[in-house]
Amino acid sequence: MDTLLKVNGVSKKYGSKKALDNVSFEIRPGKITGLLGSNGSGKSTLMQIIAGLTPATAGDISVMGKPIGRETKSLISYMPDRPLTESWMKVKDAVAFYKDFYADFNMEKAREMLDFMNLNEKDSVSVLSKGMNERLQLTLALSRNVNLYLLDEPIGGVDPVARGKILDAIVRFYSEESSLIICTHLVRDMERIFDEVMFLNSGSIVLHEEVESVRLKHGRSVDDMFKEVFGE
Amino acid sequence: MSIEFDNNLPIYLQIMNHIKRQIVSGLLQPGDKIPSVRELAADLQINPNTIQRTFQELEREEVVETKRGLGRYVTSEGSKIMAIKKEMAGDLIHQFIHGMQELGFKNQDIVTIVKEAVAVKDNTDRKGASPDGHIAEG
Repeated sequence: MDTLLKVNGVSKKYGSKKALDNVSFEIRPGKITGLLGSNGSGKSTLMQIIAGLTPATAGDISVMGKPIGRETKSLISYMPDRPLTESWMKVKDAVAFYKDFYADFNMEKAREMLDFMNLNEKDSVSVLSKGMNERLQLTLALSRNVNLYLLDEPIGGVDPVARGKILDAIVRFYSEESSLIICTHLVRDMERIFDEVMFLNSGSIVLHEEVESVRLKHGRSVDDMFKEVFGE
Repeated sequence: MSIEFDNNLPIYLQIMNHIKRQIVSGLLQPGDKIPSVRELAADLQINPNTIQRTFQELEREEVVETKRGLGRYVTSEGSKIMAIKKEMAGDLIHQFIHGMQELGFKNQDIVTIVKEAVAVKDNTDRKGASPDGHIAEG
């Protein structure tokens, strides 16, 4: 199959405010795509719509040819920008919770990732630092065997040193047949792990291009392009 | 392996050059196995498809060869390694000459300057260091 995700003419309104305006794009399998935009550009809204958590006002989306809905829940793993875990949980409870909830959860992979991330199963989720919490959320999201992973700001709350660890984990543990969409505004830190990038500005896609061709054609980094498009 | 990347240039070209430099400098020997796509991607925190492309280009240039089911290896052909060396030297010289011309030097001047510089370098090397590269005492 050539297209994993197809987004066609998607708009989203909150009252009279347009969060997304006629967004269309396709994602092929085996690609890591950066969804880049400043705060309030509509990134998280778009991710939530693809994840099936909130409906679009107009347009349609399909994953592996299936329209977004109950059937696509088993095809998509979504890492929200806020933790889904409860404060009473220990790390092992959070993992068990995911395992109960998702039939496609790969326990072996989860253990391997916890180990790589230096996460202790006995630690309480509530005492984890922001950075360690992001590591846990990423472990939970990537331990599912699905076709499409949506990661919302996976390095948002992490200091520059720990960012490397998260990037390392993403490259190491994502499966090559699946695709990833990673939303971020930390372009410089993440651009090297992307195949392609999409710029989302005020609810519209203004650029969708392979990162190496941005560098080859324009002789500049994605980060520079980003600053030009979003600079004031 | 660690590389300082310049995000303004295609990453696959930078990794290609890095591997070629390792081969030319002897850090990677002829016939050595090179890391898998996954290993190198994780090490460098680079998109695996970019690494894949790097290896494909290196194969196309016959700098590395794939042995089915075993992995990728640095070419054992000495002539190929010599060719890489010449190519890299060519790039350096081209940049140098271009820079000198920009400074206003004529070709004949450039040759003279290089000759002198090499002679001076030769002299200090002989005075300051023993043949195995250690600084002589006293």
